[in-house]
Amino acid sequence: MRSSGQDQQQVRSLWQKLHIDLALLLGILSLMALGLFIVYSAGGQSIDIVYRQAVRLGIALVVMLVIAQIPPLSYRKWAVPVFVLGVLLLIAVLLFGHVGKGAQRWLDLGFMKFQPSEIMKLIVPIMIAWFISQESLPVKISTIIIAFILVLIPTLLIAKQPDLGTSLLIASSGIFVIFLAGASWKLIGVCVGLASAFAPVLWMFLMKDYQRQRVMTFLNPEQDPLGSGYHIIQSKIAIGSGGIDGKGWLQGTQSQLEFLPERHTDFIFAVFSEEFGLIGVGLLLAVYLFIVMRGLWIAVNAQHAFTKLLAGSITLTFFVYVFVNIGMVSGLLPVVGVPLPLVSYGGTSMVTLLAGFGMLMAISTHRRFHV
Amino acid sequence: MAPRRVIIRNQSAEANLFARRTFITFVGVLVLLLVLFGNIYSLQVESFKKYQTRSNSNRIKLLPVAPNRGLIYDRNGIILADNKPVYSLAVIPEQTDNLQVSINKVSELLNISVDRQNKFFKSVKRKRRFKQIELHPRLSEQQVALFSVNQHKYPGVFVDARLKRYYPFGKLTTHNLGYVARINRKDANKLELEGKSENYAATHGIGKLGIEKYYEDILHGDIGHQEVEINSQGRVIRTLDYTPPKPGKDLTLTLDIELQMIAKRALSGKRGAVVAMDPRTGGILAMYSNPSYDGNLFVHGISSKNWKKIRNSKDLPLINRSVQGYPPASTVKPFLAIAGLEEKVITPDTKVWDPGWYQLEGLPNKYRDWKKWGHGWVDLNKAIEQSCNTYFFDLAFKLGITKISTMMERFGFGDYTGIDIHEESKAIMPSVSWKRGRYNQPWYTGETLSVGIGQSYWTVTPLQLTQALTTLVNHGARKVPHLLKSIKEPTTSQNNQNQGSIKEVIYEEQAPLMLKQEKNWDFVLNAMHRTVQKVDATAHMPFKGSKYDAAGKTGSAQVARIKQDEKYDAKKTQENKRDNAMFIAFAPFSAPEIVVAVAIENVAKGGGGTNAGPVARQIMDQYFGNRVITSSLDNSSSYTNVIAQRQHDHSSQNYPLENTSLEKVESHNAQ
Repeated sequence: MRSSGQDQQQVRSLWQKLHIDLALLLGILSLMALGLFIVYSAGGQSIDIVYRQAVRLGIALVVMLVIAQIPPLSYRKWAVPVFVLGVLLLIAVLLFGHVGKGAQRWLDLGFMKFQPSEIMKLIVPIMIAWFISQESLPVKISTIIIAFILVLIPTLLIAKQPDLGTSLLIASSGIFVIFLAGASWKLIGVCVGLASAFAPVLWMFLMKDYQRQRVMTFLNPEQDPLGSGYHIIQSKIAIGSGGIDGKGWLQGTQSQLEFLPERHTDFIFAVFSEEFGLIGVGLLLAVYLFIVMRGLWIAVNAQHAFTKLLAGSITLTFFVYVFVNIGMVSGLLPVVGVPLPLVSYGGTSMVTLLAGFGMLMAISTHRRFHV
Repeated sequence: MAPRRVIIRNQSAEANLFARRTFITFVGVLVLLLVLFGNIYSLQVESFKKYQTRSNSNRIKLLPVAPNRGLIYDRNGIILADNKPVYSLAVIPEQTDNLQVSINKVSELLNISVDRQNKFFKSVKRKRRFKQIELHPRLSEQQVALFSVNQHKYPGVFVDARLKRYYPFGKLTTHNLGYVARINRKDANKLELEGKSENYAATHGIGKLGIEKYYEDILHGDIGHQEVEINSQGRVIRTLDYTPPKPGKDLTLTLDIELQMIAKRALSGKRGAVVAMDPRTGGILAMYSNPSYDGNLFVHGISSKNWKKIRNSKDLPLINRSVQGYPPASTVKPFLAIAGLEEKVITPDTKVWDPGWYQLEGLPNKYRDWKKWGHGWVDLNKAIEQSCNTYFFDLAFKLGITKISTMMERFGFGDYTGIDIHEESKAIMPSVSWKRGRYNQPWYTGETLSVGIGQSYWTVTPLQLTQALTTLVNHGARKVPHLLKSIKEPTTSQNNQNQGSIKEVIYEEQAPLMLKQEKNWDFVLNAMHRTVQKVDATAHMPFKGSKYDAAGKTGSAQVARIKQDEKYDAKKTQENKRDNAMFIAFAPFSAPEIVVAVAIENVAKGGGGTNAGPVARQIMDQYFGNRVITSSLDNSSSYTNVIAQRQHDHSSQNYPLENTSLEKVESHNAQ
């Protein structure tokens, strides 16, 4: 292993020096390029929207490359203070936050609007991975309980905004760490049992009306085809009418004639499916699978429990993005505001996402240090 | 050593644990991806058809295109119902620079009322900005011209043209053509019931009366469609397909508009109706009911002021009098004569003594003749020529109501003639069972006597009279009166729209009225001929000096009941209780080309001969123009001599005296 690793290191030296994981970069760039084409089609064929997205992608890539330069094990010393700061910011959001689209997510810093929940997507896995990796694996029950509480704090604060999609992603990023750290199956069984027992309580007391409405709509979108069911019905029509080979780029009637809402953001997958059909969907899922596989490969080959857990969590959270978005757009899951990663139009989440990939690349390329 | 070892073991165990867990999650990822793909597969492959249909129904819309309504012409090709463009002013708010300013300026230019502007702004709020909204429904030609010159100043404002029905002759044709007006809820329901709603999706008007209603299906045509692609707001993006509408077929009527004009002029100032028909075909040459009203008023939606005026007029212009029942009075005597001869209760030579009244044995009531001092001895010829009531009281008594109504029904009285308008009344041919059904009362013999002179419950429509008279002149052949002469079938090629083929409509005759004695027809026709041609006969005056050979019969119908021994004096009677004047005529006698029936209500003076006769004369004068037609039977120059001879000798050449004695008649009478 060691000797072959040395050989490989020599071959990959150029990318290694730049701290770039080539396979991951290729996967990311191909999705981004595809995203630009679909955003053009979904955004009323305006080149402006493509420029704006390209600029964002550029910034996000720079962020990724910068983060990739930082040795991953150094995150550990920042884990606690940044986590505490993040939680404080989330509390600040709830107290002074800027209200937009019926939810309190933004913190107005005067020169820019800032969404602390986005940063938490990265801080929570770092925090939990650091916390758990301090002891040897498999993780102990007491550690799990504390880790669980650490996950729950930001999750509930974000859910309160309310931002169900982000809180879901953050919760899963933390739980993935716990799972990968070897939480016992017995415990997992108990948790799943508790969760299903807790579901009615959640439904009755904790969920807001609009959230319950979303679930009802998900179960039967046709009950209100022009109201709450409209998004999902039009989305399914778009996907279904795409057929095997699709209607062709810029030819999707559901998207071009504006029957499909949120075309260039959360529902961009429907535009893609309509125009490129099942063949396109297969290829897209293959690219996502490739990225997930590469991420898991990096995790397995990471040399420290902290980096393993972090890489695994980032990769799986990325997959949760994909699954929740496609599941929601195709009617498998209720509508939750989660973009299709690397393809949907939008800034903040893209930067967070690529920052995550930057960490993955760092973990992949900094392995020689700190051993 | 020990702690180091633990760490090394721990690290490899950790790595193994982590790898196992990663592998499990990877399997989970694969499974979930398969679930996603499977779901998309079911949407895109298994349910593809369903979603494709729904996607198309989202974006594809069929815009209906109304067909042009068929035109209507008179028999000489003069247009009676036309489609004329009506110009409205429309606005597409999105295309205006500043809606408020544009509307204000245009309104100022064209003098559009504030009311209309307010109405416009109200609908602006309801409609989408790219949909056209009407600012003014009907621009005058000056307004159109004025706007066209200034159009460039008002982007988004434009003149929209739409075809609307127009009846160039107005009142003259309304009772025949009816009119087209807005489809109301009742019409819509009926169309729905008949499964025609789809064909009317773009149509605004529907035939409400007359020909327009009767031939609605022929006139309307078939809807066309423009298949367009729309976006989610309903804006039309592009046209995908266009199926042109099939225009309605043009109709040519049997009506002669010039004859119709004469009819109108002849009836001016009177309430009544004229029907003129070609007895050879049953084609209506003229049919006019006075007063009339202008159908054009209804095309655009009649104003309540105009509607009240028409509706509340005591002359009842809405009623088509040519198909409404009037007491026929003496005009039905020729038909009753046929019944008498056919049932053999009389012969042409049966004579009746007329002292000026008729009395049933054992009853005090006297049934008066119009001639106070009576006609003396009267045979059938004289009875028709002089319209002797006493003779027909006697005849009616001999026939009895059942034989009368049976024969009269065979002439078509009391039933629809079958004319191609829906407004026709059956009128009433009374009978024993009719009275039982209507009043739940038995029939009285006295009523039979009244029926004998076309009174009592008996009513006939002028149209029924022309049909019955047609049957008479045709010796029993029964024609169906009709207005439609031919239909223009459009050609299949669209280039030559004017070259449609004309399809004449063929009307099947009704079952003929067969008499056991064919000669009875001629006897009665001859009597009608003399009624006009003999100098002292009742219908002589109106046709004095005519260049064609006419025959006819007068009638004066009593409208109000007159008490025993009371004298009728038109001047002293309320206007609406005065007598009605009736007249039927045909010409030329030898080969009739035209039959006419006239009814005039509540005449001030005189009866059918003096009031209704001249109307028939004017119609026939117009019809024959300067043609000189004399009877082929009497084409000798000594025609008047023959008439004179007949005056002295009441026996007809065709009907030699039979051995029917006066006593016999009287004994019949006594029964």
